[in-house]
Amino acid sequence: MKRRSKFQIPPGEAVGIVAAQSIGEPGTQMTMRTFHYAGVAEHVPTGLPRLIEIVDVRKEPKKPTITIRLKKEYAKKREIAEKVAYEIESIFVKDVAKIIEDVEKGIVVVRFDKIAGEQLGITKEMLLKSIKKGKRKIQEKGEDIIIAVDEDKGKKDEKGEKPKLFSKAKKVRKLFEKISNTLIKGIKGISKAVILEEEGEFIIRAKGSNIRDVIKNKYVDPSRIYTNNIKEIEAIYGIEAARNAIVKEVKDVLDMQGLTVNIRHIMLLADVMCSEGIILKVGRHGLAGRKRSVLARAAFEETIQHLTRAPVIGEEDPLIGTTENIIAGKTVPVGTGRVLLEFTPPKTKEKTERKKRK
Amino acid sequence: MEDRTIVYLDGKLIGFHKDGKALAQRIREKRRINEIPYEINVYYKEKTNELFINTSRGRARRPYIVVENGKSRLTPEIYEKLRKGKLRWSHLIKMGVIEYLDAEEEENIYVAKSEEELTEEHTHLEIDPSTIFGIVAGVLPYPEYNSSPRITMASSMAKQSLGLYASNFNMRYDTRAYVMYYPQRPAVETDVYKTLELWKRPAGQNFVVAVMSYKGWNMSDAVVINKGAIDRGLGRVMMLRTYETEEVKYPGGQKDIIELPNPSVQGYRGEEAYRNLDEDGVVIPESEVKEHDVLIGKTSPPRFLDEVSIFGAIEEKKRESSVVVKGGEKGKVDSVVLCEAPSGNRLIKVRLRLQKIPEIGDKFASRHGQKGVIGLIVPQEDMPFTKDGIVPDLILNPHAIPSRMTAGHLLEMLGGKASCLEGKIMDGTAFSGNVEEDYKKILESYGFEEYGEEELYDGITGKKIKVKIYVGVIYYQRLHHLVSNKIHARSRGPVQLLTAQPTEGRAREGGLRFGEMERDTLIGFGVSMIIKDRLLDQSDKSSQLVCKDCGSIAYKDHIKNQVSCPVCKSTNIVEIEISYAFKLLLDEIKAMGIFPRLIVDKKVNMEW
Repeated sequence: MKRRSKFQIPPGEAVGIVAAQSIGEPGTQMTMRTFHYAGVAEHVPTGLPRLIEIVDVRKEPKKPTITIRLKKEYAKKREIAEKVAYEIESIFVKDVAKIIEDVEKGIVVVRFDKIAGEQLGITKEMLLKSIKKGKRKIQEKGEDIIIAVDEDKGKKDEKGEKPKLFSKAKKVRKLFEKISNTLIKGIKGISKAVILEEEGEFIIRAKGSNIRDVIKNKYVDPSRIYTNNIKEIEAIYGIEAARNAIVKEVKDVLDMQGLTVNIRHIMLLADVMCSEGIILKVGRHGLAGRKRSVLARAAFEETIQHLTRAPVIGEEDPLIGTTENIIAGKTVPVGTGRVLLEFTPPKTKEKTERKKRK
Repeated sequence: MEDRTIVYLDGKLIGFHKDGKALAQRIREKRRINEIPYEINVYYKEKTNELFINTSRGRARRPYIVVENGKSRLTPEIYEKLRKGKLRWSHLIKMGVIEYLDAEEEENIYVAKSEEELTEEHTHLEIDPSTIFGIVAGVLPYPEYNSSPRITMASSMAKQSLGLYASNFNMRYDTRAYVMYYPQRPAVETDVYKTLELWKRPAGQNFVVAVMSYKGWNMSDAVVINKGAIDRGLGRVMMLRTYETEEVKYPGGQKDIIELPNPSVQGYRGEEAYRNLDEDGVVIPESEVKEHDVLIGKTSPPRFLDEVSIFGAIEEKKRESSVVVKGGEKGKVDSVVLCEAPSGNRLIKVRLRLQKIPEIGDKFASRHGQKGVIGLIVPQEDMPFTKDGIVPDLILNPHAIPSRMTAGHLLEMLGGKASCLEGKIMDGTAFSGNVEEDYKKILESYGFEEYGEEELYDGITGKKIKVKIYVGVIYYQRLHHLVSNKIHARSRGPVQLLTAQPTEGRAREGGLRFGEMERDTLIGFGVSMIIKDRLLDQSDKSSQLVCKDCGSIAYKDHIKNQVSCPVCKSTNIVEIEISYAFKLLLDEIKAMGIFPRLIVDKKVNMEW
């Protein structure tokens, strides 16, 4: 009990500022260190870039990764993990075939690459099937699959001019892009699945993130799946899950650098970010932009916009926050400034008794 | 096509050649026999099979001796002719003995450091190995004994040293200049130093240095200095500062007048301030002046025309605009110049001479990146001394040496000591200067410890110090960071006109900014009253009248002796305490066309 009360925060403590400073100070050290990790290019961003990513709530992190755990009953079977990994890993036409574009004839030729196909477990039939899905006219000519661009046979446009050649080239290019990026199998966005062993359990870690489709797999445990895409967690699992994800992600970044920040500071950050039911960015477009006081908002960023908008809606500033009060030259309602009335409570029975016992 | 060399001239492709390497060699040969100008450089890039010929300007180039078949083209015969003055540098270039190479062509060559190590493979010979350093680093003694960061630091600090910056300093009127009283020629010099004849404009003095601790007063790169040495002129510098003013002519026939201002002039500084002025309104040379004393008395016409009465009573409303000595400065008037500005106006320059005697906090440095500030000035009696009665000028902390690896500093100390005994200037040129052995012999022959150690006696107790102390003579520079030019404090003082907040900067006697992050720390600590004290009470606190009815800033009419609101004419007005900057903010918002209202609820007593 004594220990607990010692760690209680007294009323009026400026927890926000303390949290900001506690995260910010090690953050400055991070800037110096992260940029010295030269050479390691293909890496999930850590350190400051990742921290900025989290705090800015990017729609998708630079390197989204997904960690998939299987349902308890399958978790210890390697074959199943391999099977799942194979099923989710996405393979595109461009991975198993050579694609040639012919502008003159207005066709795109797809040539199946047997060696690549074998390695990735793709047959020509699968390739054909996926291309056919697009309901395109397909001609097979030996090894080649020929797809033609549908021509608008001399159809005249509004100005009465015939379509130019470059429009045809454009179409071919478009088709080429479309075919190269046609999915043969797997889940959209997921690639490079790797199986890892962790505490006797086989888990799959993959590049890209697409929880919505991955949990459709019958072996995957939807309650133990994880991604570093916080926005996605919020969309599927809700705000509380997102809040926990923010805490975890921030803590991971700091731990990796060997920095110790009390978790409560990070939790406060996550709580504030999620306090409105959706994740808010820290900054002009998020948290700071939602401050109650005009003066506080104007002092932060976009001064003129805030000041000109205020009279339009007839804003009133009751001077509750910190910034406003400093501007107006009042004491800040924080710490000693919060105390308006001093009152010494009469000694309660309980307390006196406890004293006696001592 | 692929086995052909691509040839570029000044970056432009001009053609192909079947053997680029041979072509480069031919161009070089032609250049050496003067068929091609010596400014041309060729570079053959083996990796990509490309040949670059450069003729453009702006390439940094440096000379090398050409080597052929492992033999220097600078033969003893040529060298002899050179010594006798029959040949000159330009002849050597024409003869192909020496050639200039640019950064690119350097990639194709193999340079020998000295003639002894020449082999068949070498293509060039360094004229002298110490020329690999630039002008500034070339002046430093024994750079090969020091770690490279220290050389860099020494190079940049040498530029901050005070000495004899120009021999005609007496005729110059630089806004700020420093001249050392007794500059000395260093006891250990380099070839570059001699070539540049820098001893004609030295920037430092040879200090007797003891490497020991002095009661902790020289910890963390501080140094202890001998008071007696300072009194004898060690490190003494004079600062010359020029003040100037021009008699400007204004449109409308008015102009400034340089004169002894009349007491009726607006902004008169009091008789005391003008006491050094001559009849013509300019100070008398060699008079002693201190801060805020007038150097040039000047009066200007009023700033606004409407101040002048219609009856032409201009004289009475003149403004005082004299030139005064800057805050914190004290010295003598060195000289006065009366001349004409390019604009044709009368121009007056007054040069002030200020003595800058070394004081605690002034910065000194040797030529090995070993800088330090004075931590204590000790009377000569209290300094340690040797059995011969030698008292060090400066005591350096031994901790300054090992981690920085400036062995050159120690060697220069030894060299300087030997130099003083022998009466000869020693050579500290990189790679070829005198070595430790040379100094040992000299020291020994004069009865000194060969490693430069001395038995010292404590100046205070008179007892012998138990260990031997390394004592030597080394060239020290006084660097241009003087405490007297930086010292600054403020309790109350001038405020800015617009915001009523304290001014910024030493020149304006300003305060130190209590910034946003400092504010955050106080919020984090929860001390609201201190925040208010810093940001309001000690800054731009002001009392304003506010209309209770409409919320605008009201005013007091002193003639009618009543308060009223300029917007709604109400007299229901209260007084509030806000920062002047906030009032200014409200005014600026009003200027944007927005009407901010201050809603005053009740009078809160903020006094606790």
